[in-house]
Amino acid sequence: MPIAAGLTDRAVEIAPGVHWVGALDPHLRSFDIILKTANGTSYNSYVVRGSNGVAVIDTVKENFADDFFRRLESVAQYEEITTIVLNHLEPDHSGALPELLKRAPQARVYLSSRAQMMLKALLKPSGEKPPEYIPVTTDDEVDLGGRTLRFLHTPYLHWPDTQCTYLVEDGLLFTGDVFGCHFCDARLFNDTVGDFRFSFEYYYAHIMRPFREYVLDAIALIEPLVINLIAPAHGPILRHQPRDYVHRYRELATPRLFNEAKSEKTLVVFYISAYGNTRRMAEALAAGAESIGGVRVSLYDLEGGEGGIFTDLVEEADGLAFGSPTINADAVKPIWDLLSSLTTVNVKGKLGAAFGSYGWSGEAVRLIEDRLRGLKLRVPVEGLRIKLVPDASELEACRSLGEQLARHLTGRLEHREIDLAALA
Amino acid sequence: MPKAKVTFQDIGVSVTVPAGTRLIEVSEKVGAGITYGCREGECCTCLTKVISGGENLAAPSVLEDQVLKDNMAPRGHRLACQAQIIGGEIVVKPA
Repeated sequence: MPIAAGLTDRAVEIAPGVHWVGALDPHLRSFDIILKTANGTSYNSYVVRGSNGVAVIDTVKENFADDFFRRLESVAQYEEITTIVLNHLEPDHSGALPELLKRAPQARVYLSSRAQMMLKALLKPSGEKPPEYIPVTTDDEVDLGGRTLRFLHTPYLHWPDTQCTYLVEDGLLFTGDVFGCHFCDARLFNDTVGDFRFSFEYYYAHIMRPFREYVLDAIALIEPLVINLIAPAHGPILRHQPRDYVHRYRELATPRLFNEAKSEKTLVVFYISAYGNTRRMAEALAAGAESIGGVRVSLYDLEGGEGGIFTDLVEEADGLAFGSPTINADAVKPIWDLLSSLTTVNVKGKLGAAFGSYGWSGEAVRLIEDRLRGLKLRVPVEGLRIKLVPDASELEACRSLGEQLARHLTGRLEHREIDLAALA
Repeated sequence: MPKAKVTFQDIGVSVTVPAGTRLIEVSEKVGAGITYGCREGECCTCLTKVISGGENLAAPSVLEDQVLKDNMAPRGHRLACQAQIIGGEIVVKPA
């Protein structure tokens, strides 16, 4: 059965006077390069009718604008549109905006404060004068006549500009990408499309997970609301037990180690070792860190797993040390596999360090340090390179590196005075 | 050349630097917790709280001022990739 079977060009009512006017993209197989889409995606846009005006909430990707306008025209005339709400300005939701602004020039645009610059950047190519726009934040409202749109400031889900919009009288929450997923089915609603958990979880893991602190802030704003339906910008409309999805987000975003580790810091040491030399360095580093107290150290050999499976450990750790030998002037592939799979978690500001044994030129440590800085970890302690087999004094240096890392993690550093010239 | 002293409170390090040095040039070398994105004063990743000695940093450029406003940065915050040390003592930490 074709995915879009049964869906006409007309809008679909999701609540009295509230319509879906989005578009289906069943043939998409890769979204924004990073996400796979087994059955495509949808670009959900909505129309809310009040007695004094009509609001359009988000639009669609540019090449699906015709579908959007056909559905919009089936429930509203352009001159009736008083309000355009932009919950998120990424092009898959704002692609039809320039044309909508031409067709409904009288509409006032409501968006978050952070979205203002993005709106200007989006409209640049059209050469059009930016529309009248109003930056809004939590509890700001728009009266549509008997119906009230209330805004929730929910930034970084997953761009700085994101916000949610609540239709107060009906308990409908328009959430942009929050609670969304890349899943395409013309049946539209979560109780009719079948099992889409794989897509919901996958979307969270790749889009929302790096921003879990902001997810929790948003959930705190959303949980007190009466919610009869959640209308995300991608994937099924959540009308059956919508609160389950809010609970799931809270569960996914809550730090796992919060209760047991609030009194101690976590240092995870990843290593890989061809002849046991880098392993011995890792063990000495770990012993040094543990000797300081207040730090729980865990050692993992990357040869025992594949990059992505360690992501959970990275997310929960306060500090990360990576040990790699140098082979052909580079760190080894399992290290890079792990270090290239960390964009799905927030590592900014974590403590990072590198170490490794080498036989010839020993580039691995510096390359790893550069990558850690690129990922926005802080790397305050210079890494340790040891030629071939570490002797007793070199293992002591590894212990010392571990001690320094532990002191950084626990805030037990002695104040140092240095001259910039000495660092050059 | 006139000297200045900048202290990175999060790692407990004070660095003597020549006047004219930007915070970014120092913080990365000592491994302070300030992190960087675009390094050109646009993304606001390197937002830094100036604990004291803000008057010892050159006044923000029009661009920096605008980025700070756009990102709703509280008073006493600067972009480490832009802020230039002109003398005296400054204490900073990541925002």
